[in-house]
Amino acid sequence: MRFTKDHEWVALDGDVATIGITAYAAEQLGDVVYVETPEPGRALKAGEGMAVVESVKAASDVYAPLSGEVVEANPDLAGAPETVNADPESAGWFARVRIADRAEYDALMDRAAYDAFLETL
Amino acid sequence: MSLNSVGRPTRPASDAPGAGFTSLSGGRGLLQDEALIFERDSWESSGVDLPAPEAGAEDLAGLVRAEPLRLPGLSEPETVRHYVRLSQKNHAIDLALYPLGSCTMKHNPRLNEKLARLPGFADLHPLAPVSAVQGALALMDRLAHWLKTLTGMPAVALSPKAGAHGELCGLLAIRAAHAAAGQTQRRIVLTPTSAHGTNPATAAFVGYEVMEIGQTADGRVDLADLAAKLSDEVAAIMVTNPNTCGLFERDILEISRLTHAAGAYFYCDGANFNAIVGRVRPGDLGVDAMHINLHKTFSTPHGGGGPGSGPVVLSEALAPFAPTPWVVHDAGGFRLVEETEAEAARAFGRMTAFHGQMGMFVRAYAYMLSHGADGLRQAAEDAVLNANYIKARLSGVMSAAFPDGPCMHEALFDDRWLEGTGITTLDFAKAMIDEGFHPMTMYFPLVVHGAMLIEPTESESLAELDRFCDALLGLAGAALAGDADRFISAPHLAPLRRLDETLAARKPRLTWREPEPGVAPAPLAAE
Amino acid sequence: MRYLPLDAADRRHMLGVIGAASVDDLFADVPAPARLPGPVDLPRAAGEIEVERELAGLAALNRPAGAGPFFCGAGAYRHHVPATVDHLIQRSEFLTSYTPYQPEIAQGTLQVLFEFQTQVAALTGMEVANASLYDGSTACAEAVMMARRVTRRRKAVLSGGLHPQYAAVTGTIATAEGMDIVRRPAAVDAEADVLAAIDSETACVVVQTPNVFGTVTDVTAIAEAAHAAGALLVVVTTEAVALGLLKSPGEMGADIAVAEGQSLGVGLNFGGPYVGLFACREKFVRQMPGRLCGETVDAEGRRGFVLTLSTREQHIRREKATSNICTNSGLCALAFSIHMTLLGGKGLRRLAEVNHGRARTLATALAGVAGVEVLTPRFFNEVAIRVPGSAAVLVEALAGEGILAGAPVSRLDPSAGMDDILLLAATETTSVADIDALVAALSRRIR
Repeated sequence: MRFTKDHEWVALDGDVATIGITAYAAEQLGDVVYVETPEPGRALKAGEGMAVVESVKAASDVYAPLSGEVVEANPDLAGAPETVNADPESAGWFARVRIADRAEYDALMDRAAYDAFLETL
Repeated sequence: MSLNSVGRPTRPASDAPGAGFTSLSGGRGLLQDEALIFERDSWESSGVDLPAPEAGAEDLAGLVRAEPLRLPGLSEPETVRHYVRLSQKNHAIDLALYPLGSCTMKHNPRLNEKLARLPGFADLHPLAPVSAVQGALALMDRLAHWLKTLTGMPAVALSPKAGAHGELCGLLAIRAAHAAAGQTQRRIVLTPTSAHGTNPATAAFVGYEVMEIGQTADGRVDLADLAAKLSDEVAAIMVTNPNTCGLFERDILEISRLTHAAGAYFYCDGANFNAIVGRVRPGDLGVDAMHINLHKTFSTPHGGGGPGSGPVVLSEALAPFAPTPWVVHDAGGFRLVEETEAEAARAFGRMTAFHGQMGMFVRAYAYMLSHGADGLRQAAEDAVLNANYIKARLSGVMSAAFPDGPCMHEALFDDRWLEGTGITTLDFAKAMIDEGFHPMTMYFPLVVHGAMLIEPTESESLAELDRFCDALLGLAGAALAGDADRFISAPHLAPLRRLDETLAARKPRLTWREPEPGVAPAPLAAE
Repeated sequence: MRYLPLDAADRRHMLGVIGAASVDDLFADVPAPARLPGPVDLPRAAGEIEVERELAGLAALNRPAGAGPFFCGAGAYRHHVPATVDHLIQRSEFLTSYTPYQPEIAQGTLQVLFEFQTQVAALTGMEVANASLYDGSTACAEAVMMARRVTRRRKAVLSGGLHPQYAAVTGTIATAEGMDIVRRPAAVDAEADVLAAIDSETACVVVQTPNVFGTVTDVTAIAEAAHAAGALLVVVTTEAVALGLLKSPGEMGADIAVAEGQSLGVGLNFGGPYVGLFACREKFVRQMPGRLCGETVDAEGRRGFVLTLSTREQHIRREKATSNICTNSGLCALAFSIHMTLLGGKGLRRLAEVNHGRARTLATALAGVAGVEVLTPRFFNEVAIRVPGSAAVLVEALAGEGILAGAPVSRLDPSAGMDDILLLAATETTSVADIDALVAALSRRIR
């Protein structure tokens, strides 16, 4: 699993990346009430907004950690957004993306680097 | 003697029951609970007596509702009880100082309600021939004159229905002015980070890209950042003055000079006009357009969330693009310039059907007459005095966000003073409810952490200001002394405890749904 | 000064606590050139007697609708508002309260909004409704904006029966957003004419029933055509009482229903404040503009109501909000809801039938006047008639006789080429004597 400074995580399986937000982010946001996920087929560029996470009082943008094409969005989030709070780094995934460039994944932080980054906040 | 046989005790018994008492039915004295109108099984009744229709609707065969309209009707006595019981669950200006910053919760004079209800105003159709409504047009004209004179601006668009609607009007006029001058490359609007959400929302609505201007350590617009961001791609800046931190922008003349030098317009959000009305004219500050919230500065009632009214004063440069309609006075009397006239050729369009919030115009005009130029000036001074008094009384314990120098009509605190107590701004606000006060504006402006924005207005007596400050100082002391329970589970004494807003957003239930026959209605359950 | 509680002693004391010598010190940040030395050049404070005198004098220069025979409609209707309504809305706790951002102490307002939303959804035959917008015309514009967000298309087709000022407002707002607004030509029975203009670029079709000429239309076929093209149907109603009798927008396939609610509880008020009704299909709820009130529970499990789905709104989403709206039409929504509660579904139906019956009497009487042609083929409570010559001139002449004979189309749409068409409405407040007086006056004037 890799991580970004914007608190997204990526798990790569072949050339399909599963993306979500980290436990730290989920905790900071408070109760998640809705997630606006990207549509399958959409092309993403690393760094562009790919999803929006809503809590009662705020809407936070989630940025694509890498470029590619959206293959699937998590169908369970519409009916159960609380999954993001309960299990952010597994069942609370947002989208699966077929990636274009493996190097983008390799450039992301690993768990140790991310944890070290969190210490600085 | 003749012995009185109807004696009964006239002093309370010495062993009166204490707190924790509950009634048998769940009733709580004067505070009555009240179900939804849909839960009374009153589907066939009506509280209005109507005659039989003189003809049928067979001429509308095929166009008539297939299913009956399933809505309950209550008799007049039941209706009155329903709404009176509901009203008892609301806080209101008429109950206590309502310290909502930026909302200007001043007293709503009842003379204004009486005058707005005169049949000559209330029972007037907007499309009646102008010869039949000369008094209404004259009132609009006089109101316009007061607004222009108070702001030092040459023109005003009366039709916007609320402040945000006024912002839209101002930006559309600016857009039209730039288009007329061939300046179509101007696609950016600058707003300070402290701006009210309606500013960037309105700019985006009109198709502009919003860029933020930073703030200095003393809570004002960062001139250097503004100068760096101005260019010939900027259409306008949107600045609130006094700003949302309750501070007057000292460099306002330089802000408008820089903006105009870059060929852009200065939109001023007039939400805080109450601080300066009668003492400063926005026209003298270089403003090109400013909406005025009649429901803030000019006392028209907030009504539980509306209706508002947001006339927009305009500079010479923008006046030609004002939306229809407007009132004109010429030899024939008053008339309305609507779509027909050649005079309307440059108008950017129309903001609303008909002419604007006439009901609010009557109330605001009566308010202006009642105060006069001298009274309005005094009101601004008292508003500023009251806010500074609160700031002075509370600053010893609560951390003022900008402690140096006076504030204007509202005092801004942050949550630094609560550090280590485990109590948040939200908790503190909820505890204010138990003390009998509506909380102040919380978490706005966004630029200050845990913001608490207090605006008393000029309608408060010294006694009420002191009562408010005493209550807050008492709470602040309890917070700092570690009495966290008082806050974290507050309010305790309101009609309801804290509500589950997460549940409302995750499982939105926005209308009453009729349960299946024979099935008990499913209550919402907290997770 | 009756509204200012502070006296000189108070002010001195407060300045002392603040540590300022005078109130001028508190205005020290105002640049010197901008400081006004004294009150501006406007009249000084006036007592209640004088204020009443001035305003009563202005009111006396206006002819109230109730002063004589009255037939104006065209988007604002004279109905009888029961006396109870006005008393209840003037209760301090409704009149002087704020937006219910602190729900624990605003359950009065919030429960009213929940009931209002339920009533509006039932009236329009839709699944969800918001807590009101400013008025019907801005609600129409907001519906078109919402259709753009939902379909991501840029074209909106407006029927030729849509109230011209609604079309103008929609055009003003929508063109700012870069939309392409197609207005079909004005015509008495115009709704079906939109079919020709629907294509794969269409975000929505906007029809009105009863339309501005009074014509009632079953728009089900238009809904089907719009949906087949991937577009939404927006149905506009300017006379809320009609919803008590006629097929609802939801029944006919509308995706968004907007209406002017003024007919219930609000009164004419020379054009405002009014109350915009906005309802739509549940699947679109996150794209709705305006405030929404929802049900929930409190910490002790008791049912309560809160503003919800706020992340659509300006104070959170800022530039990505569904609209820039802040206020709703709170007190007018309360008045609407109280009137609707008094009426009930059956009462509103009866009220609608009375209106329609009176309008049939009006239409028959007008058809009997030589030179007058009744144009509206199917009407609820409003008809369009053709007169010889200018309708506006005729209206002015009749006003001189104390009769307000309706709204000339030329007032609303000068370029429609309909200078000889007049719109007349009849409601439960129109008497048979009024109709007789109108007919007599018309017969005298029209040869």
